[in-house]
Amino acid sequence: MSFHVQVNDQPFDAEPRAGQCLRTYLRERGWFGVKKGCDAGDCGACTVHVDGEPVHSCLYPAVRAEGRSVTTVEGLAAKDGELHPVQQKFLDAQGFQCGFCTAGFLMTTAALEAERGTAHDDGKLDDLPRAFKGNLCRCTGYRAIADAVRGVKHTERPCAGRAVGKSLGAPAGPQVVTGTARYTFDVDVPGLLHMKLLRSPHPHARILAIDTSAALRVPGVHAALTHEDAPATLYSSARHEHPTEDPDDTRVLDDVVRFVGQRVAAVVADSEQAAEEGCRRIEVTYEQLPYVTDPEEAMRSGAPVIHADKGPQQRIARVENNVAGEIHGEIGSVDDGFAEAAVVYEETFRTQRVQHASLETHGCVAYFEPKEDGSGERLTVRSSTQTPFLTRRALCALYDLAEDEVRVVAGRVGGGFGGKQEMLTEDIAVLAALRLRRPVKLEYTRAEQFYGATTRHPFTIRIKLGARADGTLTAIQMRVVSNTGAYGNHGPGVMFHSVGESFAVYRAPHKKVDAYAVYTNTVPSGAFRGYGLGQVTFAVESAMDEVARRLGMDPLAFREKNIIGPGDHMITPIGHDEDLYIASYGLDQCLSIVRDAIAQDRSTEEVPEGWLTGQGAAMAMIATAPPNGHYADATVTLLADGTYDLAVGTAEFGNGTTTVHKQITAGALHTTVDRIAVRQSDTDVVRHDTGAFGSAGTVVAGKAVMLAADALAGRLKTFAARYTGVPRHLCTLDAEAVDCAGRQVTLKELYEAAHVQGTQAELTADGYWGGSPRSVAFNAQWFRIAVDPQTGEMRILRSVHAADAGKVMNPLQCRGQVEGGVAQALGATLFETVRLDERGKVTTAAFRQYRLPQYADMPRTEVHFMKTSDSTGPLGAKSMSESPFNPVAPAFANALYDATGIRFTEMPVTRDRVWLAINQQKARRGDSSP
Amino acid sequence: MDLNTVLDIRDASRHEPWRPGDAWLGGGTYLFSEPQPHLRRLIDLSRMGWEPVQILPDGSLEIAATCTIAQLSRFGRTLDAQAAPLIEQCCRAFLASFKIWNMATVGGNLCNGLPAGPMISLTAALDGECLLQAQDGAHRRVKVADFVTGAGRKDLAEGEMLRSVTIPARSLRCRTAFMQVSLYGLGRSAALVIGTLDPADGSFAVTITAATTRPFRLWFALPPDRAELRTAITTAVGDGDWFDDIHGLPEWRRHMAFHLAEQVRRELTLDGAR
Repeated sequence: MSFHVQVNDQPFDAEPRAGQCLRTYLRERGWFGVKKGCDAGDCGACTVHVDGEPVHSCLYPAVRAEGRSVTTVEGLAAKDGELHPVQQKFLDAQGFQCGFCTAGFLMTTAALEAERGTAHDDGKLDDLPRAFKGNLCRCTGYRAIADAVRGVKHTERPCAGRAVGKSLGAPAGPQVVTGTARYTFDVDVPGLLHMKLLRSPHPHARILAIDTSAALRVPGVHAALTHEDAPATLYSSARHEHPTEDPDDTRVLDDVVRFVGQRVAAVVADSEQAAEEGCRRIEVTYEQLPYVTDPEEAMRSGAPVIHADKGPQQRIARVENNVAGEIHGEIGSVDDGFAEAAVVYEETFRTQRVQHASLETHGCVAYFEPKEDGSGERLTVRSSTQTPFLTRRALCALYDLAEDEVRVVAGRVGGGFGGKQEMLTEDIAVLAALRLRRPVKLEYTRAEQFYGATTRHPFTIRIKLGARADGTLTAIQMRVVSNTGAYGNHGPGVMFHSVGESFAVYRAPHKKVDAYAVYTNTVPSGAFRGYGLGQVTFAVESAMDEVARRLGMDPLAFREKNIIGPGDHMITPIGHDEDLYIASYGLDQCLSIVRDAIAQDRSTEEVPEGWLTGQGAAMAMIATAPPNGHYADATVTLLADGTYDLAVGTAEFGNGTTTVHKQITAGALHTTVDRIAVRQSDTDVVRHDTGAFGSAGTVVAGKAVMLAADALAGRLKTFAARYTGVPRHLCTLDAEAVDCAGRQVTLKELYEAAHVQGTQAELTADGYWGGSPRSVAFNAQWFRIAVDPQTGEMRILRSVHAADAGKVMNPLQCRGQVEGGVAQALGATLFETVRLDERGKVTTAAFRQYRLPQYADMPRTEVHFMKTSDSTGPLGAKSMSESPFNPVAPAFANALYDATGIRFTEMPVTRDRVWLAINQQKARRGDSSP
Repeated sequence: MDLNTVLDIRDASRHEPWRPGDAWLGGGTYLFSEPQPHLRRLIDLSRMGWEPVQILPDGSLEIAATCTIAQLSRFGRTLDAQAAPLIEQCCRAFLASFKIWNMATVGGNLCNGLPAGPMISLTAALDGECLLQAQDGAHRRVKVADFVTGAGRKDLAEGEMLRSVTIPARSLRCRTAFMQVSLYGLGRSAALVIGTLDPADGSFAVTITAATTRPFRLWFALPPDRAELRTAITTAVGDGDWFDDIHGLPEWRRHMAFHLAEQVRRELTLDGAR
């Protein structure tokens, strides 16, 4: 039987496998623009056209493409390279962030545009919520995509030296919209082997025996690795500058499994099929052990001890009580504070388990490449990571390798949100690669993202708030329990951060905290946008709203009376960080934005009859960088053609730091961004970078870039002055040349002169920043909503967000960060939940069970930036990628209270639960039920 | 996703004997969306050559199992029948996007037997009948409302094939009303209620799907009043029949089914009076 298919007008005749989908067939032929987001038909990232009709290629049986013509995103542009109008529109509006979903949106939109005016046209282009039912974007919140489809142009092209503060497009934009941006798995590595993982069916069990012999007999299987093959070394999958921030409780493969889904063995084979088959043939004998999935139960005496074989030397606070980390502190006396209070409110708030759901799954490719000095080979790991340098450090420690033996590099990363501040695949892929001396790839499935990666920490927060009749807070007390799951990665850190800025943002003389990060036999929690603050902010801001109402005060006025002021210290029950202070203050402006929005709002005029309406606000503060040092190196170099090379370590996953780094460099060197090439997220390009987390991309890496670029600008002027004999203060740097008192010395000429003189060092400069001192950023969110008491349906009438990001480097991108953060938080507010059964097994391991916000779910959020400039950040900038998330859930819950009179203390607030609560309230009041 | 245990794909038109590990391949949009490690062969229905959708001489509507949702939607938009709008309403009740419509089939949706299957809602509400063909070629017919027997369960033997669904002509002449809710914007149905009013005799039927583990079609010789409708639903749908999964609490689904049924009743009976 012969097979023929045309792909982007090229013929292919390789026969597909019987059960193969078109997506993998296309990717195996090198069409890497076709992405795997979910592999289940839900996300649309793999959308292609078959004979002109858009389909999800992950569901399309490849054999059915016989005789057909397939167009992928790579075939969308004209032959001469001219972009398809849809591609141009997505560039003009910057309708993407990480870009992993973009090909799917482009192919979908292009198909709709082609359908327009035909007999089949049913108006989808005028009804984007319906048109994009089959397309998920985790980054943007969809506003940018709507603008792209509608042809709104946002990008600016400023002249030389004027880039900072302008809305430049992302440098990778042209690659993103043509499907040529290279993400982690978009590489063709000859001789590549594939790894699949066998995972535990038990929540807690000792492995008594593993028989891999049948697996090894499967044709194509090269190795089956078990705990007997793994190093005994204990480490943490969490990546921090200081590994001591996390307990060492993890092995590459362990002889005890502690959650359903923990990896038990790895099979490496010529194909994924053979590796899967090998996993099915491994026979494991387990001794099942008692398990516990609830953190409160886990802390009680007599509960199963999850890490009984470890202790303080692994930095586990109390092994016998499953406490990974804890903090206790009090300033003043909360008892006295509550005694002084006219109103004391106490309530328990709960937040659920949430998945990052970056559209690119976790994974890496480990391979060998010749060392540059010719002395043999070294290991290279291409990974979907936020922390290339820290992952290299961890791999070197784990396998006793020198740093020059290992290179870790990230391609373009398809979304992170904290989930990739973790070493979840590199450790085991490298184990196999070192064993086999062959390239090995491990690419998670979407299901594995849910049960084999990490989630946001579920929190229970008991909060007690006291205030005088005049609205002065007297005391804040919280007992916080976070569920870190089976391993302590980020457990102590998230717990610690959760009770930092959340306590400090309000002035109260008496504050007390007891916080615990607790092990349970469940999928590990990890770093997630907001790093614990969002969970506790939900409790604090709900309680502030409640106390204000009980005092008969306007909740905004109550906040204004108690918020931290510009000259205040940041005081928590456990003291305050030495290097953290308010280097710019925009919280008052944030609250003014909310006040103005309320005053001017007319949105209730459109509410259907019988619906309830309400409005609510919340605010949050966040440090602009992680504590304990966050380091970045950057190097800027003048090249022979008069352009610049910028090397920086931090990774790009749609956060836009690359754009900002170019803008900063262009500003310092008085040039344009198209004259700057960036090399990044590669352990080869600079000495070190702690990583793209803690919102450090602009504030830390950006500052290192600024220092490097400023230094180079100075050097070029000095060198030009020496070269021309013109006094240095008469030399000015321009895009093409240095103007030396009227004489134009081109940058090319300068470059040649330096080479002739052997002073190339004059043409390059390094920058370094240690992430300290740190400032704080502020956010406030306001909603007006309507609720149908008959159905529980909620509509967001208005969404207003005030962000104090200091000097905004790129308004378009920063707006995108805010919108995306609000959207992700709305998902967690309205429906997202990773559900577990009573054994801790994840039961929602697909997007069909785990609802991500879709186009139809998201309101347009009005984003306002405050007029502040920070004295610590680069050019006055502050961080703004995590923090927009944090005030969203309580703002919504406060609006819901305002509408219904019901205080929702548990996330998410789904329509069924809202209806149920309204109905129960009616029953209590004796109303007649409908 | 790749179905890596599948080693062969066979053309169903060759009528080869059914084996353990075989599965009918309609559009593939369910099969390829989840791991299917128990499968070894796919029996491909795409070359059966069945007319996707047609009006039979008796005025009834025959929808082939292999008719795609896109084909049905396009047909429905041109169909001159009182009940025609219901076709598009049910297509749009899919969680899946229009792109999936290009592949997903009506038969596949029925054979998945999920409570939220909108083709089940459509064909059950219009009193449709399935034509089933056994491996030995024997045919039998069963009402859609009886074909789906529970969440994911259906009256279909191993190797038996759904050939088509037929909608009687008088159903096409009914006035219809459609109501749907979901936990999410344009999301999976948590309750989907369809009413039909037969102009020939004034009879009324209400069909509850999504909120229940299987379709419930309640027929009334004359439109019921509010209380009669409630009583009928309460009598027909047992406590255990309300569907309990992550897409909605059963008590909410129950409430919504009653609420939507009443709205449907009002819509079809003018001001709500008989």
